[in-house]
Amino acid sequence: MIEIKNLKKSFEDKAVLKGVDVVFDDGKCNLIIGSSGSGKTVLMKCMVGLIKPTSGNVLYDGEDFINLNEKEQKAIREKLGMLFQGGALFDSQTVEQNVMFPLDMFTTDKYAKKKERVKQVLDRVQLKEEAYRKFPSEISGGMQKRVALARAIVLNPKYLFCDEPNSGLDPQTSLVIDKLIQEITKEYDITTIINTHDMNSVMEIGDHITYMHQGEKEWEGNNKEIILSENQKLNDFIFASEFLKDAKRMRTIQETGEIPKDMPTGVKDAIEEKLNLDLDGDGHIGQPPGNDPPSKE
Amino acid sequence: MRILREFGQFIKMAGGMFHKPENPKMYWKQFMLQCNDIGIGSLGIICIISVFIGAVSTLQTAYQLVSPIIPKSTIAQIVRDTVILEFAPTLSCIVLCGVVGSKIASELGNMRVSEQIDALEIMGINTKGYLVLPKILAGLVTIPLLIMLAMVLGIWGGRLAGTAAGIIDPTIFDTGLAMQFKAYNVYFALIKSVVFSFIITAVPAFYGYNVKGGALEIGHSSTRAVVVSCVLLLLADYILSALLL
Repeated sequence: MIEIKNLKKSFEDKAVLKGVDVVFDDGKCNLIIGSSGSGKTVLMKCMVGLIKPTSGNVLYDGEDFINLNEKEQKAIREKLGMLFQGGALFDSQTVEQNVMFPLDMFTTDKYAKKKERVKQVLDRVQLKEEAYRKFPSEISGGMQKRVALARAIVLNPKYLFCDEPNSGLDPQTSLVIDKLIQEITKEYDITTIINTHDMNSVMEIGDHITYMHQGEKEWEGNNKEIILSENQKLNDFIFASEFLKDAKRMRTIQETGEIPKDMPTGVKDAIEEKLNLDLDGDGHIGQPPGNDPPSKE
Repeated sequence: MRILREFGQFIKMAGGMFHKPENPKMYWKQFMLQCNDIGIGSLGIICIISVFIGAVSTLQTAYQLVSPIIPKSTIAQIVRDTVILEFAPTLSCIVLCGVVGSKIASELGNMRVSEQIDALEIMGINTKGYLVLPKILAGLVTIPLLIMLAMVLGIWGGRLAGTAAGIIDPTIFDTGLAMQFKAYNVYFALIKSVVFSFIITAVPAFYGYNVKGGALEIGHSSTRAVVVSCVLLLLADYILSALLL
Protein backbone atom coordinates (compact mmCIF):
# COMPACT_ATOMS: atom_id res chain seq x y z
CA MET A 1 0.00 0.00 0.00
CA ILE A 2 1.21 3.50 -0.81
CA GLU A 3 -0.09 6.41 1.21
CA ILE A 4 0.40 10.01 0.15
CA LYS A 5 -0.05 12.58 2.92
CA ASN A 6 -0.41 16.30 2.30
CA LEU A 7 2.11 16.26 -0.56
CA LYS A 8 3.12 19.70 -1.81
CA LYS A 9 5.51 20.70 -4.55
CA SER A 10 6.33 24.15 -5.88
CA PHE A 11 8.66 25.14 -8.69
CA GLU A 12 9.91 28.60 -7.70
CA ASP A 13 6.65 30.48 -7.10
CA LYS A 14 4.36 28.06 -8.91
CA ALA A 15 2.57 25.53 -6.70
CA VAL A 16 2.11 22.36 -8.77
CA LEU A 17 0.90 20.08 -5.97
CA LYS A 18 -1.21 21.77 -3.30
CA GLY A 19 -1.45 19.17 -0.55
CA VAL A 20 -2.48 15.83 -2.05
CA ASP A 21 -3.78 13.01 0.17
CA VAL A 22 -4.44 9.65 -1.44
CA VAL A 23 -4.08 5.93 -0.72
CA PHE A 24 -3.17 3.37 -3.39
CA ASP A 25 -4.19 -0.18 -2.50
CA ASP A 26 -2.37 -3.46 -3.16
CA GLY A 27 -3.40 -5.67 -6.06
CA LYS A 28 -5.31 -2.88 -7.77
CA CYS A 29 -4.84 -0.73 -10.84
CA ASN A 30 -4.76 2.74 -9.33
CA LEU A 31 -5.23 5.40 -11.98
CA ILE A 32 -4.29 9.06 -11.69
CA ILE A 33 -6.19 11.06 -14.27
CA GLY A 34 -6.39 14.72 -15.11
CA SER A 35 -5.79 17.16 -17.90
CA SER A 36 -2.30 18.27 -18.92
CA GLY A 37 -0.68 20.43 -16.24
CA SER A 38 -2.88 19.06 -13.45
CA GLY A 39 0.17 17.75 -11.57
CA LYS A 40 -0.21 14.01 -12.11
CA THR A 41 3.29 13.47 -13.54
CA VAL A 42 4.87 15.57 -10.78
CA LEU A 43 2.90 13.52 -8.24
CA MET A 44 4.25 10.27 -9.72
CA LYS A 45 7.82 11.62 -9.90
CA CYS A 46 7.60 12.68 -6.24
CA MET A 47 6.40 9.19 -5.35
CA VAL A 48 9.34 7.45 -7.02
CA GLY A 49 11.87 9.99 -5.77
CA LEU A 50 12.78 11.63 -9.08
CA ILE A 51 11.53 14.97 -7.71
CA LYS A 52 11.88 16.00 -4.09
CA PRO A 53 8.56 17.35 -2.77
CA THR A 54 8.43 20.66 -0.91
CA SER A 55 6.62 18.97 1.98
CA GLY A 56 4.46 15.97 2.81
CA ASN A 57 4.97 12.23 3.06
CA VAL A 58 5.03 9.22 0.75
CA LEU A 59 4.59 6.03 2.77
CA TYR A 60 5.46 2.65 1.25
CA ASP A 61 3.85 0.12 3.60
CA GLY A 62 4.26 2.62 6.42
CA GLU A 63 7.86 3.63 5.62
CA ASP A 64 8.24 7.32 4.81
CA PHE A 65 10.25 7.32 1.57
CA ILE A 66 10.96 11.07 1.66
CA ASN A 67 12.62 11.05 5.07
CA LEU A 68 14.64 7.86 4.64
CA ASN A 69 18.39 8.00 4.17
CA GLU A 70 19.90 7.21 0.77
CA LYS A 71 20.59 3.55 1.59
CA GLU A 72 17.05 2.96 2.84
CA GLN A 73 15.60 4.76 -0.19
CA LYS A 74 17.68 2.50 -2.42
CA ALA A 75 16.18 -0.56 -0.69
CA ILE A 76 12.67 0.69 -1.52
CA ARG A 77 13.66 1.62 -5.07
CA GLU A 78 14.69 -1.97 -5.67
CA LYS A 79 11.02 -2.89 -5.11
CA LEU A 80 9.83 -0.41 -7.75
CA GLY A 81 9.30 -0.96 -11.44
CA MET A 82 8.46 1.85 -13.80
CA LEU A 83 7.14 1.98 -17.31
CA PHE A 84 8.04 5.36 -18.82
CA GLN A 85 5.99 7.30 -21.33
CA GLY A 86 8.60 6.85 -24.07
CA GLY A 87 9.71 3.40 -22.90
CA ALA A 88 13.17 4.69 -21.81
CA LEU A 89 14.86 1.62 -23.27
CA PHE A 90 18.65 1.73 -23.52
CA ASP A 91 19.42 2.53 -27.17
CA SER A 92 22.75 0.70 -27.21
CA GLN A 93 21.29 -2.60 -25.96
CA THR A 94 19.12 -5.20 -27.65
CA VAL A 95 15.65 -6.07 -26.38
CA GLU A 96 17.05 -9.07 -24.50
CA GLN A 97 19.92 -7.06 -22.98
CA ASN A 98 17.50 -4.32 -21.90
CA VAL A 99 15.35 -6.78 -19.98
CA MET A 100 18.39 -8.60 -18.59
CA PHE A 101 20.00 -5.38 -17.34
CA PRO A 102 18.26 -5.27 -13.90
CA LEU A 103 19.07 -8.97 -13.41
CA ASP A 104 22.74 -8.36 -14.30
CA MET A 105 22.90 -5.44 -11.91
CA PHE A 106 21.05 -6.82 -8.92
CA THR A 107 21.32 -10.61 -9.00
CA THR A 108 24.16 -13.10 -8.91
CA ASP A 109 22.26 -15.69 -10.95
CA LYS A 110 23.99 -17.70 -13.67
CA TYR A 111 23.53 -16.52 -17.27
CA ALA A 112 21.25 -19.47 -18.17
CA LYS A 113 18.90 -18.68 -15.29
CA LYS A 114 18.78 -15.00 -16.19
CA LYS A 115 18.10 -15.85 -19.82
CA GLU A 116 15.25 -18.12 -18.78
CA ARG A 117 13.71 -15.36 -16.65
CA VAL A 118 14.05 -12.88 -19.53
CA LYS A 119 12.30 -15.31 -21.86
CA GLN A 120 9.57 -15.83 -19.28
CA VAL A 121 8.76 -12.11 -18.94
CA LEU A 122 9.08 -11.42 -22.67
CA ASP A 123 6.67 -14.31 -23.31
CA ARG A 124 4.39 -12.81 -20.67
CA VAL A 125 4.22 -9.53 -22.59
CA GLN A 126 3.62 -11.52 -25.80
CA LEU A 127 6.87 -10.64 -27.51
CA LYS A 128 8.11 -13.12 -30.08
CA GLU A 129 11.64 -14.53 -29.98
CA GLU A 130 12.67 -12.96 -33.30
CA ALA A 131 12.51 -9.53 -31.62
CA TYR A 132 14.95 -10.48 -28.84
CA ARG A 133 18.06 -9.48 -30.77
CA LYS A 134 16.65 -6.29 -32.21
CA PHE A 135 17.54 -2.82 -30.94
CA PRO A 136 14.79 -0.51 -29.61
CA SER A 137 14.98 1.63 -32.76
CA GLU A 138 14.15 -1.44 -34.86
CA ILE A 139 10.85 -2.29 -33.16
CA SER A 140 7.44 -0.58 -33.09
CA GLY A 141 6.19 1.76 -30.35
CA GLY A 142 3.84 -0.89 -28.98
CA MET A 143 6.65 -3.44 -28.83
CA GLN A 144 8.90 -0.91 -27.10
CA LYS A 145 6.22 -0.41 -24.44
CA ARG A 146 5.94 -4.18 -23.97
CA VAL A 147 9.74 -4.52 -23.62
CA ALA A 148 9.73 -1.65 -21.11
CA LEU A 149 6.95 -3.39 -19.20
CA ALA A 150 8.94 -6.65 -19.23
CA ARG A 151 11.99 -4.80 -17.90
CA ALA A 152 9.86 -3.17 -15.19
CA ILE A 153 8.55 -6.52 -13.91
CA VAL A 154 11.63 -8.70 -14.40
CA LEU A 155 12.71 -8.31 -10.76
CA ASN A 156 9.17 -9.00 -9.45
CA PRO A 157 8.53 -5.47 -8.16
CA LYS A 158 6.08 -4.78 -5.37
CA TYR A 159 5.03 -1.47 -6.88
CA LEU A 160 4.60 -0.77 -10.58
CA PHE A 161 4.41 2.79 -11.90
CA CYS A 162 3.24 3.48 -15.45
CA ASP A 163 3.49 6.99 -16.87
CA GLU A 164 1.01 7.38 -19.73
CA PRO A 165 1.47 3.81 -20.99
CA ASN A 166 -0.77 4.39 -24.01
CA SER A 167 0.65 7.62 -25.34
CA GLY A 168 1.44 7.40 -29.03
CA LEU A 169 -0.24 4.00 -29.45
CA ASP A 170 -3.26 3.07 -31.56
CA PRO A 171 -6.47 2.11 -29.65
CA GLN A 172 -6.01 -1.62 -30.28
CA THR A 173 -2.42 -1.71 -29.01
CA SER A 174 -3.43 0.51 -26.10
CA LEU A 175 -6.02 -2.06 -25.13
CA VAL A 176 -3.40 -4.84 -25.25
CA ILE A 177 -1.06 -2.82 -22.99
CA ASP A 178 -3.93 -2.02 -20.58
CA LYS A 179 -4.95 -5.67 -20.36
CA LEU A 180 -1.34 -6.73 -19.80
CA ILE A 181 -0.90 -4.24 -16.97
CA GLN A 182 -4.17 -5.35 -15.40
CA GLU A 183 -3.30 -9.05 -15.66
CA ILE A 184 0.21 -8.54 -14.29
CA THR A 185 -1.17 -6.51 -11.38
CA LYS A 186 -3.51 -9.36 -10.39
CA GLU A 187 -0.99 -12.11 -11.15
CA TYR A 188 1.85 -10.67 -9.05
CA ASP A 189 -0.44 -8.93 -6.55
CA ILE A 190 1.39 -5.64 -6.96
CA THR A 191 0.35 -2.06 -6.37
CA THR A 192 0.07 -0.45 -9.78
CA ILE A 193 -0.17 3.28 -10.26
CA ILE A 194 -0.96 4.53 -13.75
CA ASN A 195 -0.86 8.10 -14.99
CA THR A 196 -3.20 8.51 -17.90
CA HIS A 197 -5.71 10.68 -19.65
CA ASP A 198 -6.92 7.87 -21.88
CA MET A 199 -10.59 7.31 -20.98
CA ASN A 200 -10.55 3.86 -22.58
CA SER A 201 -7.99 2.83 -19.96
CA VAL A 202 -9.99 4.45 -17.19
CA MET A 203 -13.11 2.48 -18.09
CA GLU A 204 -11.21 -0.78 -18.74
CA ILE A 205 -8.85 -1.09 -15.81
CA GLY A 206 -9.65 1.67 -13.30
CA ASP A 207 -10.06 -0.19 -9.99
CA HIS A 208 -9.31 3.03 -8.16
CA ILE A 209 -9.29 6.40 -9.88
CA THR A 210 -7.90 9.69 -8.56
CA TYR A 211 -8.83 12.77 -10.53
CA MET A 212 -6.34 15.63 -10.26
CA HIS A 213 -7.29 19.21 -11.04
CA GLN A 214 -4.84 22.12 -10.76
CA GLY A 215 -2.59 20.34 -8.29
CA GLU A 216 -5.35 19.05 -6.04
CA LYS A 217 -7.21 15.78 -5.69
CA GLU A 218 -10.64 16.66 -6.99
CA TRP A 219 -12.37 13.26 -6.91
CA GLU A 220 -11.72 9.58 -6.27
CA GLY A 221 -13.70 6.44 -6.96
CA ASN A 222 -13.78 3.54 -9.41
CA ASN A 223 -14.69 3.07 -13.07
CA LYS A 224 -18.35 2.37 -12.26
CA GLU A 225 -18.79 5.43 -10.09
CA ILE A 226 -16.99 7.83 -12.44
CA ILE A 227 -19.83 7.93 -15.01
CA LEU A 228 -22.40 8.71 -12.35
CA SER A 229 -20.31 11.35 -10.59
CA GLU A 230 -21.90 14.74 -10.00
CA ASN A 231 -18.52 16.51 -9.86
CA GLN A 232 -18.71 19.16 -12.58
CA LYS A 233 -14.95 19.43 -13.17
CA LEU A 234 -14.65 15.67 -13.49
CA ASN A 235 -17.65 15.55 -15.81
CA ASP A 236 -16.12 18.26 -18.01
CA PHE A 237 -12.93 16.21 -18.19
CA ILE A 238 -14.35 12.75 -18.82
CA PHE A 239 -17.19 13.72 -21.13
CA ALA A 240 -14.76 15.51 -23.44
CA SER A 241 -13.94 11.98 -24.57
CA GLU A 242 -15.94 11.08 -27.68
CA PHE A 243 -16.96 7.59 -26.60
CA LEU A 244 -17.99 8.80 -23.15
CA LYS A 245 -20.22 11.43 -24.74
CA ASP A 246 -22.43 8.49 -25.76
CA ALA A 247 -22.45 7.30 -22.15
CA LYS A 248 -23.51 10.77 -21.06
CA ARG A 249 -26.28 10.83 -23.66
CA MET A 250 -27.45 7.42 -22.48
CA ARG A 251 -27.51 8.78 -18.95
CA THR A 252 -29.65 11.74 -20.11
CA ILE A 253 -32.07 9.34 -21.86
CA GLN A 254 -32.24 7.20 -18.73
CA GLU A 255 -32.81 10.15 -16.39
CA THR A 256 -35.14 12.34 -18.50
CA GLY A 257 -36.60 9.94 -21.07
CA GLU A 258 -35.70 12.53 -23.71
CA ILE A 259 -33.18 12.14 -26.46
CA PRO A 260 -30.32 14.71 -26.31
CA LYS A 261 -30.27 17.24 -29.13
CA ASP A 262 -26.57 16.65 -29.88
CA MET A 263 -27.11 12.90 -30.48
CA PRO A 264 -25.99 12.01 -34.01
CA THR A 265 -29.08 10.93 -36.05
CA GLY A 266 -27.64 7.52 -36.94
CA VAL A 267 -26.89 6.71 -33.31
CA LYS A 268 -30.31 8.00 -32.20
CA ASP A 269 -32.13 5.79 -34.77
CA ALA A 270 -30.05 2.76 -33.77
CA ILE A 271 -30.93 3.28 -30.09
CA GLU A 272 -34.62 3.71 -30.94
CA GLU A 273 -34.59 0.44 -32.86
CA LYS A 274 -32.72 -1.34 -30.10
CA LEU A 275 -35.09 -0.08 -27.36
CA ASN A 276 -38.15 -0.19 -29.67
CA LEU A 277 -39.10 3.34 -28.55
CA ASP A 278 -39.83 6.58 -30.36
CA LEU A 279 -37.42 8.73 -28.37
CA ASP A 280 -37.39 11.84 -30.56
CA GLY A 281 -41.19 11.96 -30.98
CA ASP A 282 -41.10 11.97 -34.79
CA GLY A 283 -43.75 9.23 -34.94
CA HIS A 284 -41.26 6.59 -36.07
CA ILE A 285 -39.06 4.04 -34.39
CA GLY A 286 -35.67 4.32 -36.00
CA GLN A 287 -35.15 5.87 -39.41
CA PRO A 288 -38.30 7.62 -40.83
CA PRO A 289 -39.59 6.18 -44.16
CA GLY A 290 -38.21 7.96 -47.22
CA ASN A 291 -34.87 8.58 -45.56
CA ASP A 292 -33.36 5.42 -46.97
CA PRO A 293 -29.95 5.92 -48.50
CA PRO A 294 -30.14 6.25 -52.33
CA SER A 295 -29.69 2.94 -54.11
CA LYS A 296 -26.56 2.47 -56.22
CA GLU A 297 -28.69 1.69 -59.24
CA MET B 1 27.39 34.10 -11.37
CA ARG B 2 26.56 31.36 -13.85
CA ILE B 3 30.16 30.09 -13.74
CA LEU B 4 30.02 29.84 -9.95
CA ARG B 5 26.66 28.05 -10.05
CA GLU B 6 27.89 25.59 -12.65
CA PHE B 7 31.10 25.02 -10.71
CA GLY B 8 29.05 24.29 -7.58
CA GLN B 9 26.84 21.86 -9.51
CA PHE B 10 29.94 20.20 -10.95
CA ILE B 11 31.45 19.68 -7.49
CA LYS B 12 28.12 18.26 -6.30
CA MET B 13 28.02 15.86 -9.25
CA ALA B 14 31.64 14.83 -8.68
CA GLY B 15 30.88 14.14 -5.02
CA GLY B 16 27.89 12.01 -5.98
CA MET B 17 30.02 9.72 -8.17
CA PHE B 18 31.83 8.07 -5.29
CA HIS B 19 29.46 5.46 -3.90
CA LYS B 20 29.75 1.75 -3.35
CA PRO B 21 28.89 0.19 -6.74
CA GLU B 22 25.71 -1.88 -6.84
CA ASN B 23 27.56 -4.55 -8.83
CA PRO B 24 31.32 -4.00 -9.38
CA LYS B 25 31.31 -6.37 -12.39
CA MET B 26 28.83 -4.15 -14.24
CA TYR B 27 30.87 -1.04 -13.42
CA TRP B 28 34.02 -2.76 -14.72
CA LYS B 29 32.18 -3.73 -17.91
CA GLN B 30 31.07 -0.12 -18.35
CA PHE B 31 34.66 1.10 -17.76
CA MET B 32 36.04 -1.28 -20.41
CA LEU B 33 33.31 -0.20 -22.82
CA GLN B 34 34.30 3.43 -22.33
CA CYS B 35 38.02 2.60 -22.74
CA ASN B 36 37.12 1.07 -26.07
CA ASP B 37 34.94 4.03 -27.09
CA ILE B 38 37.38 6.76 -26.04
CA GLY B 39 40.70 4.99 -26.67
CA ILE B 40 40.18 2.76 -29.68
CA GLY B 41 37.51 5.09 -31.09
CA SER B 42 39.96 8.02 -31.22
CA LEU B 43 42.98 6.06 -32.42
CA GLY B 44 42.47 6.79 -36.12
CA ILE B 45 42.14 10.56 -35.83
CA ILE B 46 45.08 10.80 -33.39
CA CYS B 47 47.34 8.81 -35.78
CA ILE B 48 46.41 11.01 -38.75
CA ILE B 49 46.84 14.38 -37.03
CA SER B 50 50.08 13.37 -35.27
CA VAL B 51 51.82 12.28 -38.47
CA PHE B 52 50.78 15.44 -40.28
CA ILE B 53 51.69 17.74 -37.38
CA GLY B 54 55.19 16.21 -37.25
CA ALA B 55 55.56 16.43 -41.02
CA VAL B 56 54.47 20.07 -41.18
CA SER B 57 56.74 20.95 -38.22
CA THR B 58 59.76 19.57 -40.05
CA LEU B 59 58.98 21.40 -43.28
CA GLN B 60 58.28 24.74 -41.55
CA THR B 61 61.32 24.51 -39.25
CA ALA B 62 63.57 23.73 -42.24
CA TYR B 63 62.03 26.69 -44.10
CA GLN B 64 62.94 29.06 -41.27
CA LEU B 65 66.43 27.68 -40.52
CA VAL B 66 68.23 28.99 -43.55
CA SER B 67 71.56 29.90 -41.87
CA PRO B 68 74.48 27.70 -42.94
CA ILE B 69 76.02 27.88 -39.44
CA ILE B 70 73.03 26.06 -37.86
CA PRO B 71 73.43 22.30 -38.23
CA LYS B 72 70.60 20.33 -39.89
CA SER B 73 70.25 18.18 -36.78
CA THR B 74 68.74 21.23 -35.05
CA ILE B 75 65.60 20.67 -37.14
CA ALA B 76 65.12 17.27 -35.48
CA GLN B 77 65.68 18.79 -32.03
CA ILE B 78 63.10 21.49 -32.63
CA VAL B 79 60.56 19.05 -34.07
CA ARG B 80 61.10 16.67 -31.14
CA ASP B 81 60.61 19.32 -28.47
CA THR B 82 57.64 21.08 -30.07
CA VAL B 83 55.88 17.78 -30.70
CA ILE B 84 56.53 16.45 -27.19
CA LEU B 85 55.90 19.68 -25.31
CA GLU B 86 52.99 21.18 -27.20
CA PHE B 87 51.71 19.61 -30.39
CA ALA B 88 51.13 16.05 -29.18
CA PRO B 89 49.44 16.84 -25.87
CA THR B 90 47.66 20.13 -26.57
CA LEU B 91 46.67 19.91 -30.21
CA SER B 92 45.62 16.25 -29.94
CA CYS B 93 43.57 17.02 -26.84
CA ILE B 94 41.83 19.95 -28.54
CA VAL B 95 40.83 17.55 -31.31
CA LEU B 96 39.71 15.04 -28.67
CA CYS B 97 37.58 17.77 -27.05
CA GLY B 98 35.54 17.78 -30.24
CA VAL B 99 35.56 14.04 -30.91
CA VAL B 100 35.18 12.61 -27.41
CA GLY B 101 33.60 15.61 -25.70
CA SER B 102 30.68 16.04 -28.07
CA LYS B 103 30.04 12.28 -28.02
CA ILE B 104 29.92 12.15 -24.22
CA ALA B 105 27.70 15.26 -23.95
CA SER B 106 25.23 14.12 -26.60
CA GLU B 107 25.11 10.52 -25.34
CA LEU B 108 24.34 11.55 -21.76
CA GLY B 109 22.04 14.35 -22.94
CA ASN B 110 20.03 11.91 -25.02
CA MET B 111 19.85 9.49 -22.09
CA ARG B 112 18.58 12.31 -19.86
CA VAL B 113 15.97 13.58 -22.32
CA SER B 114 14.65 10.10 -23.18
CA GLU B 115 14.34 9.29 -19.44
CA GLN B 116 16.96 6.50 -19.59
CA ILE B 117 18.82 8.12 -16.67
CA ASP B 118 15.54 8.31 -14.71
CA ALA B 119 14.95 4.62 -15.46
CA LEU B 120 18.37 3.78 -13.98
CA GLU B 121 17.70 5.99 -10.94
CA ILE B 122 14.42 4.24 -10.26
CA MET B 123 16.16 0.87 -10.40
CA GLY B 124 18.28 2.17 -7.51
CA ILE B 125 21.47 2.71 -9.52
CA ASN B 126 23.78 5.64 -8.75
CA THR B 127 23.76 7.09 -12.26
CA LYS B 128 26.64 9.51 -11.64
CA GLY B 129 28.79 6.61 -10.54
CA TYR B 130 27.63 4.24 -13.27
CA LEU B 131 27.51 6.63 -16.24
CA VAL B 132 29.93 9.49 -15.50
CA LEU B 133 32.76 7.98 -13.43
CA PRO B 134 33.70 5.19 -15.90
CA LYS B 135 33.95 7.81 -18.68
CA ILE B 136 36.33 9.98 -16.64
CA LEU B 137 38.44 6.99 -15.53
CA ALA B 138 38.57 5.61 -19.07
CA GLY B 139 39.74 9.04 -20.29
CA LEU B 140 42.43 9.22 -17.61
CA VAL B 141 43.73 5.80 -18.68
CA THR B 142 43.45 5.94 -22.47
CA ILE B 143 44.13 9.60 -23.38
CA PRO B 144 47.70 9.69 -21.93
CA LEU B 145 48.38 6.50 -23.92
CA LEU B 146 47.06 8.18 -27.05
CA ILE B 147 49.28 11.20 -26.35
CA MET B 148 52.35 8.96 -26.03
CA LEU B 149 51.46 7.41 -29.35
CA ALA B 150 50.96 10.90 -30.81
CA MET B 151 54.48 11.89 -29.68
CA VAL B 152 56.05 8.89 -31.40
CA LEU B 153 53.99 9.25 -34.57
CA GLY B 154 54.58 13.04 -34.71
CA ILE B 155 58.34 12.61 -34.60
CA TRP B 156 58.16 9.74 -37.08
CA GLY B 157 56.02 11.87 -39.40
CA GLY B 158 58.60 14.65 -39.18
CA ARG B 159 61.41 12.24 -40.04
CA LEU B 160 59.40 10.82 -42.93
CA ALA B 161 58.58 14.26 -44.37
CA GLY B 162 62.13 15.51 -43.94
CA THR B 163 63.51 12.50 -45.76
CA ALA B 164 60.87 12.48 -48.48
CA ALA B 165 61.38 16.19 -49.22
CA GLY B 166 65.17 15.77 -49.23
CA ILE B 167 65.54 18.35 -46.42
CA ILE B 168 67.38 16.19 -43.93
CA ASP B 169 69.13 12.86 -44.01
CA PRO B 170 67.48 10.22 -41.72
CA THR B 171 70.79 9.58 -39.92
CA ILE B 172 71.24 13.28 -39.16
CA PHE B 173 67.60 13.46 -38.00
CA ASP B 174 68.18 10.52 -35.62
CA THR B 175 71.35 12.14 -34.28
CA GLY B 176 69.45 15.38 -33.70
CA LEU B 177 66.70 13.52 -31.84
CA ALA B 178 69.18 12.17 -29.29
CA MET B 179 70.94 15.50 -28.73
CA GLN B 180 70.14 17.37 -25.48
CA PHE B 181 67.12 15.18 -24.84
CA LYS B 182 65.37 15.98 -21.55
CA ALA B 183 63.21 13.17 -20.16
CA TYR B 184 61.44 15.79 -18.04
CA ASN B 185 59.72 17.09 -21.19
CA VAL B 186 58.00 13.74 -21.60
CA TYR B 187 56.92 13.71 -17.93
CA PHE B 188 55.61 17.25 -18.35
CA ALA B 189 53.64 16.23 -21.43
CA LEU B 190 52.18 13.27 -19.56
CA ILE B 191 51.18 15.45 -16.60
CA LYS B 192 49.45 17.78 -19.06
CA SER B 193 47.70 14.87 -20.77
CA VAL B 194 46.29 13.60 -17.44
CA VAL B 195 44.89 17.06 -16.59
CA PHE B 196 43.52 17.46 -20.14
CA SER B 197 41.94 13.98 -20.00
CA PHE B 198 39.97 15.00 -16.94
CA ILE B 199 38.78 18.20 -18.66
CA ILE B 200 37.91 16.38 -21.91
CA THR B 201 35.68 13.83 -20.14
CA ALA B 202 34.36 15.54 -17.01
CA VAL B 203 33.18 18.83 -18.54
CA PRO B 204 31.08 17.26 -21.36
CA ALA B 205 29.76 14.66 -18.91
CA PHE B 206 28.57 17.48 -16.65
CA TYR B 207 26.80 19.33 -19.46
CA GLY B 208 25.29 16.15 -20.92
CA TYR B 209 24.11 14.80 -17.57
CA ASN B 210 22.35 18.06 -16.68
CA VAL B 211 20.52 18.66 -19.97
CA LYS B 212 16.94 19.87 -19.58
CA GLY B 213 14.56 20.00 -22.52
CA GLY B 214 14.74 18.23 -25.87
CA ALA B 215 16.83 17.67 -28.98
CA LEU B 216 17.68 21.36 -29.33
CA GLU B 217 19.10 21.52 -25.80
CA ILE B 218 21.19 18.39 -26.45
CA GLY B 219 22.82 20.23 -29.37
CA HIS B 220 23.36 23.35 -27.26
CA SER B 221 24.88 21.41 -24.38
CA SER B 222 27.15 19.52 -26.75
CA THR B 223 28.44 22.76 -28.29
CA ARG B 224 28.83 24.41 -24.90
CA ALA B 225 30.68 21.35 -23.57
CA VAL B 226 33.21 21.49 -26.42
CA VAL B 227 33.71 25.27 -26.14
CA VAL B 228 34.11 25.27 -22.35
CA SER B 229 36.44 22.27 -22.33
CA CYS B 230 38.62 23.83 -25.09
CA VAL B 231 38.93 27.09 -23.15
CA LEU B 232 39.67 25.27 -19.89
CA LEU B 233 42.21 23.12 -21.69
CA LEU B 234 44.11 26.15 -23.02
CA LEU B 235 43.94 27.80 -19.59
CA ALA B 236 45.28 24.65 -17.94
CA ASP B 237 48.03 24.48 -20.59
CA TYR B 238 49.17 27.98 -19.69
CA ILE B 239 49.00 27.40 -15.93
CA LEU B 240 50.90 24.09 -16.12
CA SER B 241 53.57 25.59 -18.37
CA ALA B 242 54.01 28.53 -16.02
CA LEU B 243 54.23 26.26 -12.97
CA LEU B 244 56.22 23.31 -14.24
CA LEU B 245 58.64 24.63 -16.86
